[in-house]
Amino acid sequence: MAYSTQDLATMDSIIKRYPRSRSAIMPLLHFVQSRVGYVDGEGIELIAQLLALETAEVSAVATFYTQYKRKPVGEYHVGVCTNTLCAVMGGDAILAGLKEHLGLDNDGVTADGKVSLEHIECNAACDYAPVVMANWEFYDNQSVQSAKDLVDSMRQGNPKPPTRGPNSLVTWKEASAVLAGLNDGKAHEGVQAGEASLLGLRISKEGK
Amino acid sequence: MSKLTPILSAHWDEKDSFTIEAYTRNGGYKASQKALAMDPDAVIQLVKDSGLRGRGGAGFPTGMKWGFIPQGDNKDHYLVVNADESEPGTCKDMPLLMANPHVLIEGCIIACHAIRAKNGFIYIRGEVTHIVRRLNQAIEDAYKAGHLGNGIDLVLHVGAGAYICGEETALLDSLEGFRGQPRLRPPFPAIAGLYARPTVVNNVESISAVPAIINNGADWYQSMGTEKSKGATLYSLSGHVNNPGQFEAPLGITLREILELAGGIRTGHTLKFWTPGGSSTPIFTQDHLDTPLDYEGVAAAGSMLGTKALQIFDETTCIVRAVLRWTEFYKHESCGKCTPCREGTWWLVQILRDLEAGKGNEADLAKLLDLCDNILGRSFCALGDGATSPITSSIKYFRDEYIAHITQGGCPFDPVASTLFVGAGA
Repeated sequence: MAYSTQDLATMDSIIKRYPRSRSAIMPLLHFVQSRVGYVDGEGIELIAQLLALETAEVSAVATFYTQYKRKPVGEYHVGVCTNTLCAVMGGDAILAGLKEHLGLDNDGVTADGKVSLEHIECNAACDYAPVVMANWEFYDNQSVQSAKDLVDSMRQGNPKPPTRGPNSLVTWKEASAVLAGLNDGKAHEGVQAGEASLLGLRISKEGK
Repeated sequence: MSKLTPILSAHWDEKDSFTIEAYTRNGGYKASQKALAMDPDAVIQLVKDSGLRGRGGAGFPTGMKWGFIPQGDNKDHYLVVNADESEPGTCKDMPLLMANPHVLIEGCIIACHAIRAKNGFIYIRGEVTHIVRRLNQAIEDAYKAGHLGNGIDLVLHVGAGAYICGEETALLDSLEGFRGQPRLRPPFPAIAGLYARPTVVNNVESISAVPAIINNGADWYQSMGTEKSKGATLYSLSGHVNNPGQFEAPLGITLREILELAGGIRTGHTLKFWTPGGSSTPIFTQDHLDTPLDYEGVAAAGSMLGTKALQIFDETTCIVRAVLRWTEFYKHESCGKCTPCREGTWWLVQILRDLEAGKGNEADLAKLLDLCDNILGRSFCALGDGATSPITSSIKYFRDEYIAHITQGGCPFDPVASTLFVGAGA
């Protein structure tokens, strides 16, 4: 993978955000994922070179955090929350249903490269349980069937939009660029809040 | 009069609530203007007087934390906002940032001024693409409007999936570009935090509470809450209830009151157990419905207010399955630095798996408690302590159910009965 002059300029601007350059490791790793889809050896070497670190120091960071992938994931990376509350509310059934439907084990990728599947921990959306994430966008209140429909729509190249997110689902690489701190111009899209987020406010306005 | 007091959430029902236009329309960025004209020490005193305590779990007085930053030391000071919301059950900061990122930015400006910091950092969990978008855009817009960039700069730092980075010193290591592992304290961050400089680390909700305190005064904030737990806060109700969601109420409200507002436990079912503040806080039962949900009330009843993450489980839920799953989480998220936590959580999972599968025996319960005893308080941070909470509290309240798994040779529960879509044909 060749990084363009523009890529290198972006990486330089990421480094300049911080008083000390080493702090840029994490956004730079997200940036590598936005270009390659995962963190490869070349990306590690480039970051080490840019930050004047040993490659082992960059690898040590890359391997600590679960969002950095060491092999390709799908264009749409699907995470099913199976922490206790989501698991009990249906997350376990959803994960089992998707594994069977896609013929995948945990961390597997479909042969067409469209969908990968991972069981994930709490995603701070418990009032919307059971929750499924795709490229780290929220799909709230899922069922086994709705989750199957979602991955089918991804394989057909027309993924259903997130519940609380942009108007359409961006790809894994595009989402990784957002996590690197780059603005994709979609911040204004989607709802400001889901129904559960508004429940207390609504009740208080009724005077209860 | 409503029992609820929407302050942070007051404008979440406006479609454009996340924009700088909406925030300004609703009176935003007046508090920072007012605070910037005040002496920094007066701002700290005002926050002290308000009684605001940390909303990230520990409940440490926010103004006092700010006051610990040495002054006139000719060192850079830093503000770091902990937006790494990851405690199971906790879901207050993410909807707050999705609906109103500017209130956090304004709080950061005020806090930076108070502690004489030129740089603030917001460390947000990485698994929330759209909220990163919203916050990033909000920071850009705050720069364009001149709220940022005139002596105070703010950087958004996106994590990458590590619960441990919600621990403040692990967060600092992560922000410095290392593996997120906790530091031994002392020195505390107020003396040697980010880049070994004096640093305040505050939760999103704590910082976001500050603009309203500046606008309305300490007495106004003091007028809400209980004797030692002042103000209002976000309670997050989830699980087997008819209407889950966010409830902003004065500290001291009870679960019974919140459940009444939320339409009660899932129809046809009864409350079995719940967490007052996330999975790291010892569980409660029906007997705690009237416990005041403030720092002292929950502590007196044997748990912790934590993040006010009220996860509700009805009688269809197997306690052993629930506790095993939380324990697997702690094992997965243990950073590996301290042996009691790294090894202990691994052994807890092995024993709980056997128990859930009906392959355990009564001696295993004693072994679990002994392991917990050897984990609690023996590591750098509280992750291992948190891992013991669901185990010791569940054995205290539901020992018989553990025994039932042993005597029946397996789990007596039907997992389908506890799902949201039971009876709906999934």
